[in-house]
Amino acid sequence: MSNSLPNTLRMGPDGRGRFGEFGGRFVAETLMPNITEVQEAYEAARKDPEFDKEWRRLLKDYVGRPSPLWFAERLTNHLGGAKVYLKREELNHTGAHKINAVIAQIMLAKRMGKTRIIAETGAGQHGVATATACALFDLPCMVFMGATDVERQKPNVFRMKLLGAEVNAVTSGSATLKDAMNEALRYWVANVQDTYYCIGTVAGPAPYPQMVRDFQCVIGEETKEQCLAIEGRLPDVVVCAVGGGSSAMGIFHPFLDDSEVKLVGVEAAGHGLESGAHAAAINGGVPGVLHGNKTYLLQDRHGQIQEAHSISAGLDYPGIGPEHSWLHEIGRVEYTAATDIEALEAFQLCSKLEGIIPALESAHGLAEVIKRAPTMPKDSIIVLNLSGRGDKDIFTVAHHMGVEI
Amino acid sequence: MSDRMRGRIAARFAKLKAEGRGALMPFLEAYDPDPATSMAILRGMPGAGADLIEIGVPFTDPAADGPTVQKAGQRALKAGGSLAGALAMVRDFRRDDDETPLVLMGYLNPILAYGPERFCQDCRASGVDGLIIVDMPPEEADEVQPFAEGLDMIRLVAPTTLDSRLPIVLNGASGFIYYVAITGITGTRSAEAADLAAAIPRIRAATDLPVAIGFGVRTPAQAAEAVQVADGAVVASSLIEILAGTLDAEGRATKGTVRAVLDGVRALAEGVRGARE
Repeated sequence: MSNSLPNTLRMGPDGRGRFGEFGGRFVAETLMPNITEVQEAYEAARKDPEFDKEWRRLLKDYVGRPSPLWFAERLTNHLGGAKVYLKREELNHTGAHKINAVIAQIMLAKRMGKTRIIAETGAGQHGVATATACALFDLPCMVFMGATDVERQKPNVFRMKLLGAEVNAVTSGSATLKDAMNEALRYWVANVQDTYYCIGTVAGPAPYPQMVRDFQCVIGEETKEQCLAIEGRLPDVVVCAVGGGSSAMGIFHPFLDDSEVKLVGVEAAGHGLESGAHAAAINGGVPGVLHGNKTYLLQDRHGQIQEAHSISAGLDYPGIGPEHSWLHEIGRVEYTAATDIEALEAFQLCSKLEGIIPALESAHGLAEVIKRAPTMPKDSIIVLNLSGRGDKDIFTVAHHMGVEI
Repeated sequence: MSDRMRGRIAARFAKLKAEGRGALMPFLEAYDPDPATSMAILRGMPGAGADLIEIGVPFTDPAADGPTVQKAGQRALKAGGSLAGALAMVRDFRRDDDETPLVLMGYLNPILAYGPERFCQDCRASGVDGLIIVDMPPEEADEVQPFAEGLDMIRLVAPTTLDSRLPIVLNGASGFIYYVAITGITGTRSAEAADLAAAIPRIRAATDLPVAIGFGVRTPAQAAEAVQVADGAVVASSLIEILAGTLDAEGRATKGTVRAVLDGVRALAEGVRGARE
């Protein structure tokens, strides 16, 4: 890395909500006061020890943290290189990392006196986490979900309804995650007084990218502590799949200033980067503005947003969090990609060798570990953020394996 | 300063002020439902009573727009609509009309993809007078404003815009102020006359620029109400609904499309012209 980098990479964003040139607050005037209100409430909450204490209590007793750092011995032996550790976010309540930031955001909404929660969801994981927290906090919850995804993810739709949430099937645009986010923004504009928008990833207008990251940093902080306790040193490589990138920011951020730790984000290459059918915003997109922030986006030469494709619904988004765009441009994080097929193979391998069925999102990260670990010395350490469990994906995987269930 | 030097928008508002009436500002989405039809509507609008015209630039993800404008955008994109296409329409229009102000309204990403500097140059060369960039609040205006000399940067003020924020919004604003009458998206509900009567003086106290009211102005009567308190009324969704109502099952224009939309503009113009009598 070049010497021109600042002393710390953990100070962002600046006052304008920017990480380098990325991020910002690109919203309609009607929403600006809301964004400011969320910013101010967040600034106050993060300095309040009571807020932190209550959040930590919920993380421990309700979510089940800390999540273990598991030495995947069979996988390690199979790959024949670096020691592979899995940060087991899939053991969290609701089965993924999403709940970490959702609990904190719903606590924030309560503090702000908001009486209604809205959220967008693609695969339904963030929707389920939000519905869960809303049930716990007794707040009405409306989840915007593309009509296409409602059809593809029926079990999660049913889960959200069981938890008391209303699921709003979005038919506008292409009826997928990006349209669900558009619709959530539209609803928010029309209901600014009483509604809090619980964004699921490290994207959107400031302060969301920073706020969601801060609430997900618990993943990286624990990983650091656990790796030091087990191995007496930091890992050599930390790998995580990236869609919007909340699990990746959560595990990367606490390591940003540890220059000896290599950080690798894995985008969804879908049918292959050259096929055009992928969700790799950094590897296959250019910077632009969508959903309130400037970041790498899949778009055509006229600036029209293109549909993403991934076998993993959670990575199926044409953008990426702005801090990732910045970390890519300064070279601190390497962004690679894994195809649908590579993810499917990793999914099956992990299930058989470790007895852990990973989410298809996490399987993209695992595909990178499978490529990288064999090239590393046996005493080196590679950590994968296993951000979610794969129970929700068994229908998709069975379909691709030609199995009827 | 002569009207010419102040630009077409200032000249038009000055003229209307002298005549003692407010401005009707109809909106059309460029290329909806096809380039020729939308060009014919644009050409016909001044004759039907449009004082200024807003041309929407289609975008895949119009997060501030309701279903009516969204669908117009989708039809336009399907017909090949783009920022370059909207600029070409402006150039065509300027061959016959050098006075009616034209305002481009859209989202930032197509402008960034076009290149903000080249975009502003081409706007000036084509005869665009003003820009409304929905998702570029004043805090982010650096993306385009440095290149926009000679173009009016029209700022949005919303009911949620606090008095303390008004100076930030008005700093660098020119042409006119676009008052978003409701907290909501386009084409959904309408503001109460009493709310407008309270809101507009608040803006007037902070700026000398003309104020136009948009979002929720649908009927000739509502347009008339708007220009009783403000300097102009923007009408979009109800005109697009008229257009959509004339399309065939495949979404193509029919013989009556252009005329129906222009009749709608004519009715609105009558409302606006009769408002202060």
